[in-house]
Amino acid sequence: MDAFMTEVVAKYNYWIYVILMMIGFYAMIGKRNLVKKLLGLNIFQTAIILLFISAGVKRGGGIPIVDKHAALEHGVHAAQTVNPLPHVLMLTAIVVSVSVTGVALAVLLRIWREYGTLEEDEILEKLSQ
Amino acid sequence: MTSNLHMYVMVLPLFGALLVSLFGRINRRAILPLTLVSLALSALASLGVMQSVLQHGSFSYTVGNWQPPFGIELVVDHLSAMMLVLISWVALLATFSSLKSVARDLEGREYQFFTLYLILIAGLHGLVLTGDAFNLYVLLEITSITTYGLIAMGRGRAPLSSFNYIIMGSLGACFYLLGVGYLYILTGTLNMADIARILPTVTGEVATATAFGFMLVGLLIKMAFFPLHGWLPHAYSDAPTGAGVLAAPLMTKVTVYLMIRVMFSIFTVDSPLIQDAGVQNLIVWVASFAIIIASVLALGQKDFRRMLTYIIVAEVGYMVGGAWLANAQGLTGTILHIVNDALMTLCLFLAAAAISYRIGGLGLERMTGLYRKMPITMAAFTLGAFSMIGVPPTCGFFSKWYLILGGIEAGQYSFVVALVFSSLVNAVLFFRIIEIAYFRLDGNGHDHAPVKVEEAPMMMLQPLVVVAILLLAVGFGTGPLIDHVIRFTLPGVF
Amino acid sequence: MAYQTSIWPIAAVMISLLGAIPILLSGRQPNLREGWTLVIAVGKFLLIASMLPAVLAGGGFVFTLAEVLPGVPIQLRVDAMGMFFALVASFLWIFTSIYSIGYMRSLEEHGQTRYFASFAVAISATIGVAFSANLFTLYLFYEMLSLSTYPLVTHEQNAEARASGRKYLTYILGTSIGFALPAMLLTYSLAGTLDFTSGGILVGKADAATLTLLLILFVFGFAKAGIMPFHGWLPAAMVAPTPVSSFLHGVAVVKVGVFSILRVVFHIFGPDLLGEFHLGTALTVLASITIIVASLVALTQDNLKRRLAYSTIGQLSYMVLGAGMLTAAGMTGGMLHIAMHAFGKITLFLCAGAIYVASHKKYISQMDGLGRKMPVTYTAFLLGSLSIIGMPPLGGFISKWNLVIGAVDGGSLLLLLVLLVSSLLNAAYFLPIVYRGFFAASPEGAEAEGIKEAPLLCVIPLSVTALGSLALFFFPDTFLQLVRLTLFP
Repeated sequence: MDAFMTEVVAKYNYWIYVILMMIGFYAMIGKRNLVKKLLGLNIFQTAIILLFISAGVKRGGGIPIVDKHAALEHGVHAAQTVNPLPHVLMLTAIVVSVSVTGVALAVLLRIWREYGTLEEDEILEKLSQ
Repeated sequence: MTSNLHMYVMVLPLFGALLVSLFGRINRRAILPLTLVSLALSALASLGVMQSVLQHGSFSYTVGNWQPPFGIELVVDHLSAMMLVLISWVALLATFSSLKSVARDLEGREYQFFTLYLILIAGLHGLVLTGDAFNLYVLLEITSITTYGLIAMGRGRAPLSSFNYIIMGSLGACFYLLGVGYLYILTGTLNMADIARILPTVTGEVATATAFGFMLVGLLIKMAFFPLHGWLPHAYSDAPTGAGVLAAPLMTKVTVYLMIRVMFSIFTVDSPLIQDAGVQNLIVWVASFAIIIASVLALGQKDFRRMLTYIIVAEVGYMVGGAWLANAQGLTGTILHIVNDALMTLCLFLAAAAISYRIGGLGLERMTGLYRKMPITMAAFTLGAFSMIGVPPTCGFFSKWYLILGGIEAGQYSFVVALVFSSLVNAVLFFRIIEIAYFRLDGNGHDHAPVKVEEAPMMMLQPLVVVAILLLAVGFGTGPLIDHVIRFTLPGVF
Repeated sequence: MAYQTSIWPIAAVMISLLGAIPILLSGRQPNLREGWTLVIAVGKFLLIASMLPAVLAGGGFVFTLAEVLPGVPIQLRVDAMGMFFALVASFLWIFTSIYSIGYMRSLEEHGQTRYFASFAVAISATIGVAFSANLFTLYLFYEMLSLSTYPLVTHEQNAEARASGRKYLTYILGTSIGFALPAMLLTYSLAGTLDFTSGGILVGKADAATLTLLLILFVFGFAKAGIMPFHGWLPAAMVAPTPVSSFLHGVAVVKVGVFSILRVVFHIFGPDLLGEFHLGTALTVLASITIIVASLVALTQDNLKRRLAYSTIGQLSYMVLGAGMLTAAGMTGGMLHIAMHAFGKITLFLCAGAIYVASHKKYISQMDGLGRKMPVTYTAFLLGSLSIIGMPPLGGFISKWNLVIGAVDGGSLLLLLVLLVSSLLNAAYFLPIVYRGFFAASPEGAEAEGIKEAPLLCVIPLSVTALGSLALFFFPDTFLQLVRLTLFP
C-alpha cells in the first residue's frame, strides 16, 4: 500500500490527468444534456493539456528564456530549463479547443432557438412528433 | 526537386476562401468564379505534382526552411500525390453541383458556406501532405471544424446531428492527440520519419502500444468505423446537399489514408504491433462484422441519401479490414478502394443532389418512373450503382478483387464472406431503386406518350456525367494505376 | 495452336454493342430502328462466319483490350469452342430479330426501343462470353448479359413481371457474385492465372477438397445453366415477351451458363484432372437429378411456355451430364447438344409465340384443334419436339447418340437408364401437345374466332429454324469438327 501511495504521490500530475480524462469522457458519453457533454469535452481537453505540460516539466527547471550573452558564454544547460515545445504545442491545442467550443456553442444556440431545450431526450421526442 | 507546386495545391483553396469571404459578402456573383478558379488551378497544380512524382520520385519540403525534425515537413510521395489529385478533382467536380444547390438552399449565405467549404478542401490537402504528427492533429481539427459548420447549415435536425458529430469528432481527435503525446514522451520528436527511426530503439512496449491504440481508436472514430459510426449517417444526410457532396466522398477516405500513414509511416510495417496476429485478427473480424451490420442497416432505410450513408460505413469496413490483412494484395485493394470509393460515392451523391434538386426529396417512393424525366441522371446513377455492387468493368470491381484476394491469401475467410455478402446486399439495395425508377409505372397501364424530360441543370449534370465516365476509365486503368502509383506505396517487405 | 492478333474478335463483339446507339437514337422511327437491328444481326453473323475457315484450319484470333490486372487481361480469343457457340448464337439471332419485329409490332408492345437496345447489348455479351480468352473476361461478359437481360424480363412492367425480374436477378446475380466470383478468385490465388488452357490450369495446384469446393462453386455459380436447386429463375423469366424467352432462355442466357461450365470443366480443370479426382461423378449426379426432376415437373405444366422452360432445364443438364462423363463420346455429345438443343428449342419457343400472337392462348388445355388452323406452326413444333426427344432424322439424335455411346464407354448403366427414361419423358410431355393440336376436337365456338396462321414475319423464322434442325442431322460436320478441335487439340 505504501509503495502504491508513493507511486501516486510521485506522479500525482499523471494521476490527475487520468482522473480528469475519465470525468470528461463520462460526461461526453453518459450525460444527456448537450451543455454537459460540451463541458465534458472541455475537461477531456484540459486533461490532455496537463499530460503534455507534465511531459515537459523538469525538477528545478527554469523558464526557457535564455540570456543571449550567458548562453554564448556558458552554453545552454538543458537540464535547467523546462522543455518549451509541449507548451507551444498546447498553445495550439488550446486554440483548437476554443474554436471547437465556439462552434459547438453556436450550434447549441441554434438548437435552443429551434427546440427550446438542450436535453437530448426532449429534442428527440420533439423530432419524432 | 525543389518545385513547390504542392504548396499551391493547398494554398490556392485557402486563398480562395479568403477572397470569397471578402468579396462574396459584397457581391454574391463573385463567389462562383472565385471558387471555381481557385479549385481549378489547385486541381491543375495537383496534376503537376503527380507528374513530377512519377518522373522523379517522392520528395519532401520544409515549410519556412526550418529543417526537420524541428520544422514542419511536408512529404510528397506517390501515395500523397495520388491523394492530392483525388481530393482536388473530386472537390472541383463536387463544387459545380454545390454551387447550384447552395444557391437555392442557402440563399444569401453562400459566402459563409463556400468560405468554410474551401478551407475544408485546403485542410484535406494539408492532411495528406504533412509529415508531422502534431500538425496532422491541427489539420484534422481544421477539417472537422469546417465540416461541423457546413453540416449545421442544414435544415431540420441538422444542428443536433452536427453537435453529435462535434462531440464524437472531438473525442476522436483527442484520442489521437493523446497518442501523439505518448509518442512524444517516448521519442522526443513529432516528425513522422523521425519517430519511425527512433521508435524501434525505445524500450517501453506498453507505452508504445498505448500510443498506437489511442491514435488508432481516434482515427477509427473519425472515419466512422463500426461500432463507432453512430454520428455519420445523421451528419451526412442532414447536411445541406452541397456539403454532403463534398464531405461524403472525401472525409472518411482521407481518414483511412491517415490510418495507413500512422500504420506504415509512423509505426512502420516491422512494428510488432502491426505484425501481431491477434491484433490483425481482431480488427479484420470487427471489420467483417462492420461490413455485414452496416449493409443490413442500409437495407432498412427508406431515404436514398440515408441508405448511401450506411453504405459508406460498410465501405470503411472494407478499407480498414483490407489494410489489416497485412499483405500486399489487401493493402493494394485498400488504396485502390480509397480512389474508387471516393469516385463511386461522389457519383451517387451527385445523382442524389440532382434528383433532390428536381423532385425536392429523396424518398425511394418518390422516384417512381424517374428515368423518363431524368434519363441522363439515372444512367449515371446506374453506373455508380453497378460500381458499388462491383460489376466489371466499373472500378468498384477491381478493388474488391484485390481485397478478396488479400483475404484469401491471409486466410481471413470471414472477411471474404463479408465482402461477398455486402456486394449482394448492394445489389438488392440498388436494384430496388432501379426497379422503382425504371420499371414501376407512375400512372395506370403503359404510357405511350413521351414524358417531358426535366433534367437537372447543366451545372449538376456535367460533373455527374464526368464522374460516371471516370468510373469506367479508372476501371480500365486499374493496371497502370497500380503499376505506376500504388506499387510504390507498399512497404518494402510486402 | 497459333493465334494471330486481329481486331475481328472485338469487332464481332462490339458491332451490336455500338449498334445499340443508333437503335436508341432512331427510337422515333420504327422502320429505321428495325432496319438497324437487322443490318447489325446479319453483319454480326457474317463477321463471325468469316473467321470460321481459319478456326477450322486449326488457327484462331486473339485481341487484348486492356491489361487491367496482373496476368489477367481483358482478352478475346476465337478458338474452336468459342466459334462453335458464337456460330449457333449469331445465326439464330438473325431469325430472332426478324421474329421480334413481327411479334412486337403485331402486339403493339410498349418500350420497343429499350427492348431492341437491350437485346443488342445481350447478344454482344453472349458473343463476348463465347470469345473470352480467360475466366475474368468471361465473368465480365456474363454479368453484362445478366444486367442487359433484366430489362427484357421485366419488360411488361406489371407487378408479375417486376417480381420475376427480381427473382431472375436474385438467382443470377446472387449466384455469380456469391459463388462464381469467390471461385474465380480462389482459382487465381491457386493458379496465378485465369487463361483458358486446354488441359486446365489447376493441375497439381490444389487438393481434392479444394477442387471439389471449386467445382461445386462454379457449377452453382453459373446458375444460368439451371442446375437444380438454382433453376427457379427460368420458369419465372417466362413472363418476358416470347422472342426474349426463345432466344435468351432457349439459346443465349442458358447456353451461356452451360458454356461457362464446360469452359471451366475443359479449360480450367481439364478432363484429366477431374478424372483423377473422380469429380466427373459429382457433375453427372447433379445433372441426372436435374434431368429427371425437371422432366417430371414439365409433365405437370399447363402453361406452354412454362412447360418449355422446365424442358429446357432438363435439356441443359444433358450437356453438363455429357461433360461429366469425361469420355470422348460423352463430352462430344454434351457439347453438340448445345447446338442441337438450341435449334430445337428456339423453334418450339417461336411456335409458342406464334400461337400466342395468332390466338392469344397460353395454356395447352385451350389449344385443342389449333393445329388444323396453323399447320405450318404445328409442323415446325413437331420437328422441334422430335429433335429434342432425339429421333432421327433430326439433329438432336446425333448429340443423344453420342451421349448414349459415352455412357456405354464409361460403363455406367445408371446414366444409360437416366438417358432412356428422360427421353421417354420428353416424348410424354411434347407429343400430346402436337396430338391435341391436330386431332382433338376444337372447343365450341372456336370456329367463330377466325384464328389463322401468325404473320409471315413470325412464321418464316420458325420454319427456317425447324428446317435447320433437320439439316443438322445430315450436315453436322462443321460442328463436329469444331467439337473435335476443342476436345482433342
